[in-house]
Amino acid sequence: MAGTATKPGRKTIDPATAETWRAWLRQMLLIRRFEEKAGEAYSLGKIGGFCHLYIGQEAVAVGTIASLRPDDYITASYREHGQALVRGITPRAVMAELFGKAEGCSGGKGGSMHLFDASLGFLGGHGIVGGHIPLTTGMAFAIKYRGTDQVAICYFGEAAVNNGAFHEALNMAALWKLPAIYICENNRYGMGTALERASAIYDISERACSYDMANEVVDGQDVLAVKAAMDRAVERAREEKLPTLLEVRTYRFMGHSMSDPIHGHYRTKEEVEEQRKRDPIAVWSGRLIADGVMTEDEVKAMDQQVVEEVEDAYRFAEEAADPAPEELFRDVYAPEEN
Amino acid sequence: MPTLTYRDALNQALREEMQRDDRVFLMGEEVGVYQGAYKVSRGLLEEFGARRVVDTPITELGFAGVGVGAAMVGLRPVIEMMTFNFALLAVDQIVNSAAKMRYMSNGQVGVPMVVRGPGGAALQLGAQHSQAFESWYAHIPGLKVVMPATPADAKGLLKSAIRDDNPVIFIEGEMLYNTKGEVPEGEYTIPLGVADIKREGTDVTIVCHSKTVAVALKAAEQLAADGISAEVIDLRTIRPLDTRTVLESVARTHRCVVVEEGWHFAGVGAQVVDTIQREIFDALDAPVLRVTGAEVPMPYNKQLEKLAKADPAKVIAAVRQVLYVD
Repeated sequence: MAGTATKPGRKTIDPATAETWRAWLRQMLLIRRFEEKAGEAYSLGKIGGFCHLYIGQEAVAVGTIASLRPDDYITASYREHGQALVRGITPRAVMAELFGKAEGCSGGKGGSMHLFDASLGFLGGHGIVGGHIPLTTGMAFAIKYRGTDQVAICYFGEAAVNNGAFHEALNMAALWKLPAIYICENNRYGMGTALERASAIYDISERACSYDMANEVVDGQDVLAVKAAMDRAVERAREEKLPTLLEVRTYRFMGHSMSDPIHGHYRTKEEVEEQRKRDPIAVWSGRLIADGVMTEDEVKAMDQQVVEEVEDAYRFAEEAADPAPEELFRDVYAPEEN
Repeated sequence: MPTLTYRDALNQALREEMQRDDRVFLMGEEVGVYQGAYKVSRGLLEEFGARRVVDTPITELGFAGVGVGAAMVGLRPVIEMMTFNFALLAVDQIVNSAAKMRYMSNGQVGVPMVVRGPGGAALQLGAQHSQAFESWYAHIPGLKVVMPATPADAKGLLKSAIRDDNPVIFIEGEMLYNTKGEVPEGEYTIPLGVADIKREGTDVTIVCHSKTVAVALKAAEQLAADGISAEVIDLRTIRPLDTRTVLESVARTHRCVVVEEGWHFAGVGAQVVDTIQREIFDALDAPVLRVTGAEVPMPYNKQLEKLAKADPAKVIAAVRQVLYVD
């Protein structure tokens, strides 16, 4: 894995920073335990359809969303449970959505790939690879149109950069100088196709050169590095009104979706095991312990607390009601005004 | 009442709606500096500036998506497609994003957007530039599909489409832009989903929309000379379909011919026929017939192109058949 880890061993961490850093670990643990539980629920048939887990990529969601304001806009691909949780959709509302229940954040009508909470500016998981990237350009266009200083950010995998929607969206964002941040979560595989088998160039960030757009590569397993890079991108968008392509190099520890084994024809067990040595949660908790921000016991206690929160979400989702039959026809169109 | 071209009626609707609501903006290829490929946006850049009249690269998928994204956060985009043939590149955004956002988000996020431009064939533009796609869009729950045939309808329906909170596919006619008619000044809206009886009659109902309204009216005129009284219903909106107006008419005339520019298979007319046979089967004195474009890619040759299109002669033949007069 490329990129430099932030140097550990700093001795004096101010209390506010320490608090923030602990919160990041908690968010990462929440994603991990939530996704493990979702995987379990899927295997039990409690979650239907497709279910794409975020395990291994936790530092990306945590490090990037940490830079945002509550009024910024977020769109994501179908691998978006992590971003939804970090943005503040409750584990109960996300789990209930995966279970297809009325209490879910999309009323049980969206599912795993379509998590929404407009009050948090979380404007969807989207199911067509790359199809949501132009939406982010449109949101950034709206920000510029209204003259406000929000930013619009977009998460997508590295496989999306080969399709037209990506190019068209980035070209217009650069052409019109829009406050958009395109976060490419390069987890090395588009389903079962390795990056080098799909893209003529290896460094995704270089794609930005086609549009004279600022770009950066960052180690996605190091939450502090992700946050620092995102801070630069957010400042560029908010202050200079310019877009950024951020390539975050990470790794998916699970299969593409729940129906795909962790390793198989397209990658070896050894490769996955090698990558797991840089588990973003281990990297970050190790750093916090080394810096004296937390003890090992405190990390364990935090993890236990998160496990209980996820168990609560699971029970909530199980007990929640299905949407009423009349929900079938609601919200196809806007309600008539007169 | 002033007489305007269909083009200028659309222009007036855009201008009035942009004056009325700052959230409305126009975006597309050549809409600004060039004044519109068909001059529908003439003068708008000068009046509203580049913030609200936005020229785009040739990137239909991209700017349709920009429209969806802007609409999701509260703007009201009017996205111009130079023609609906090119909108095929944007179908993913229209179908997967615009039409589904409200439903997938449980009503949290709507897409109040108009996608507009000419559809159907003009003259000798060949296979890739001569297609009527309204049945494609009308198939999709979440979309509305509007197709004005006259200048007055163009103005009234476009104003309503821009004010509608749903994604509206607004298909104009390249061959209609120069047609003239009386257009009410100022505030004039026509509700979406309401058909219009363009000519009253008693013997047969001809259902049509967009360019085929002129075809049907011409046929009706010639039929009148033979003592056949045809009622001509212009659907105006394809989805939601005004079935009531159609059914009331056919219940009176007992005979119906449905005309459209598009292809026969799974066309708009098929939906109209389905409704008629289901709702008022006993009122029918003859099977409902359809006059459509021929089931071929549009040929370039002038004579072949003419053969491929719905025309008054074909409509008259169908009417005579449902009346059993030959």
